[in-house]
Amino acid sequence: MANDKTRILVVDDEEIVRESLGGWLEKDGYAVETAPDGPGALARLGAERWSILIVDLKMPGMDGLQVLEEAKKRQPDLAVVIMTAYATVDTAVSAMKLGAYDYLVKPFDPEELSLMMQKIVSQQSLVRENAVLRQALKREYQFRDLVSKSPAMQKVFELARTSARSHSTILVLGESGSGKEVLARAIHAESPRADGPFVAVSCAALTESLLESELFGHEKGAFTGAIARRKGKFEAAHGGTLFLDEVGDIGAKLQLDLLRVLEDRRFHRLGGNEPIEVDVRIVAATNRDLRKAVQEGRFREDLFYRLNVIPILIPPLRDRREDIPLLVENFVERLAVEMKKKIDGVATDAMTALMAHDWPGNVRELRNVLERGAVVATGPVIQLPDLGLPGRGEAAPRGGTLASLEEVERRHVSSVLAHTGGNVSQSARILGIDRVTLYNKMKKWGLRRDGEEEGLPRTGETPIGR
Amino acid sequence: MSRIFIWWIGEAAADRAALEHVAARLAAAFRAPVALWEAPERPRHAYDPRRRQHASGMILRWLLEAGPGAGKVLGITDRDLFIPILTYVFGEAQLGGSAAVVSTARLVERADARGGGPLLARLEKEALHEVGHAFGLVHCGTPRCVMSRSAAVKDVDAKEPALCPECRVRLQELDVGGP
Repeated sequence: MANDKTRILVVDDEEIVRESLGGWLEKDGYAVETAPDGPGALARLGAERWSILIVDLKMPGMDGLQVLEEAKKRQPDLAVVIMTAYATVDTAVSAMKLGAYDYLVKPFDPEELSLMMQKIVSQQSLVRENAVLRQALKREYQFRDLVSKSPAMQKVFELARTSARSHSTILVLGESGSGKEVLARAIHAESPRADGPFVAVSCAALTESLLESELFGHEKGAFTGAIARRKGKFEAAHGGTLFLDEVGDIGAKLQLDLLRVLEDRRFHRLGGNEPIEVDVRIVAATNRDLRKAVQEGRFREDLFYRLNVIPILIPPLRDRREDIPLLVENFVERLAVEMKKKIDGVATDAMTALMAHDWPGNVRELRNVLERGAVVATGPVIQLPDLGLPGRGEAAPRGGTLASLEEVERRHVSSVLAHTGGNVSQSARILGIDRVTLYNKMKKWGLRRDGEEEGLPRTGETPIGR
Repeated sequence: MSRIFIWWIGEAAADRAALEHVAARLAAAFRAPVALWEAPERPRHAYDPRRRQHASGMILRWLLEAGPGAGKVLGITDRDLFIPILTYVFGEAQLGGSAAVVSTARLVERADARGGGPLLARLEKEALHEVGHAFGLVHCGTPRCVMSRSAAVKDVDAKEPALCPECRVRLQELDVGGP
């Protein structure tokens, strides 16, 4: 029956109604208080937390609908029941539109009231239970800011958790946007160095000399413009973790410098003589195939082995589509908080499209698409058009797309033709085939010189007779 | 436990045997002395001609003024009762107070016309229920307990004419902790 903690606020300008309804509900074990008018009710709502508000529709001054509207603003999960002496369809509709749980026509049947209260209480406890379960589920599927229930990612989390405890160098591999830095931060947070600094450097963003000074720091006058002594990122990360992003992009000289630091745990500032010892845990990341770079002589083999102590590969999002709903829910919740906007989720067809998309930009792209959707959406649910995903025809064929070899060839030929502006000789050169072969292919697939299929209007042309 | 007075305040003639039966059951359940109170006054001012029912709240207040003035008083009537917000009530009591009222008007539904059998069983349960409120008991979640909420006659029929063990414990605590 009634939950001891269920608190009901009864609002009516008639004392006899407040008294009799309050007394009746009290006997059901509810904690009941009453207010004689709207402002009084809102003051009580502001001061304490209530589960149910039963409010009379017709009151002098502020009426029940106004109280309902204000109450819902203050506490959206409050169940509001409107009491009315004469039910009209209009008032019922406006009450429900404003978010009322239900309405009661005075005088009401005791059974009706009793059942309604019980229903509200059980629904509210279900909602609470649901929230608790969701939280528990999230914790299970979460490693810090990373969310996944795919077995492959669970293995990643497990490996990351275990290796976080060690001091070994970790190499995070994965496509761009797959969350390499997020994983690196999570590893740092789980490590014994969590209280120390986490310093991130993007190796691809800077020229070699700038990156060198950025990493190791410099003495005053070490080079033109070095007007003061400056500590590098290695020093800044002392006692913590240094995250070297896009480590596959660094040049030969820096590869050697980096190797030395990793071997000796000490280095010199640029222009400095004193060796500086640091206690830094390295987490490096790259989206490049380092092994191949080693084979091709572009990356030092010894550095590769120094970095590749514990490699962790983050699978691309298209290989773990089962995570998309979980990620969507997670991002939508965060976006709602960040944007201070009510966002309940995405429409079913939008979710289908999100599941079908190939996500070349991985989780980062998914987040951006959802952010766009959240901004554009007019209601609390993000609709398919809000996402601005490319339609079927526009999607570029990717490795993950299931298409026949011939289909991929046709699309590629067509895009090269479009790129060269219909220049068959140039297209043939790019494609590495002779002109006759290209002509034959175009004829076979019904491709025009601009890469469009025969029968489709050329860009800028207006179809006639339609 | 304080003394309980049972007062027939209905318009028809009192069924003394039924009242004595209820008195015996109340005495057993609340371990309190129970007596029948007889007086000719009736709460006719509580009649609402528009609703054609008696306002139970007004009857409760009247019982305190016109009744024995001590212990707890249970008025039993054959008139239909209401509280302003509800279409009807089987009875009403002051929670932890001194007055309670029960009506047989709706308990006769599909009951034996002679007034015995199911009607008496229902009256006994509702009398226990309302006096339980007067002793401070609230509704009980145990479906068969007499303190469980009855919004319809079928709910009354489904209950036992007794307090569940938990309510008995609560009653003792209320008596110890009470004034």
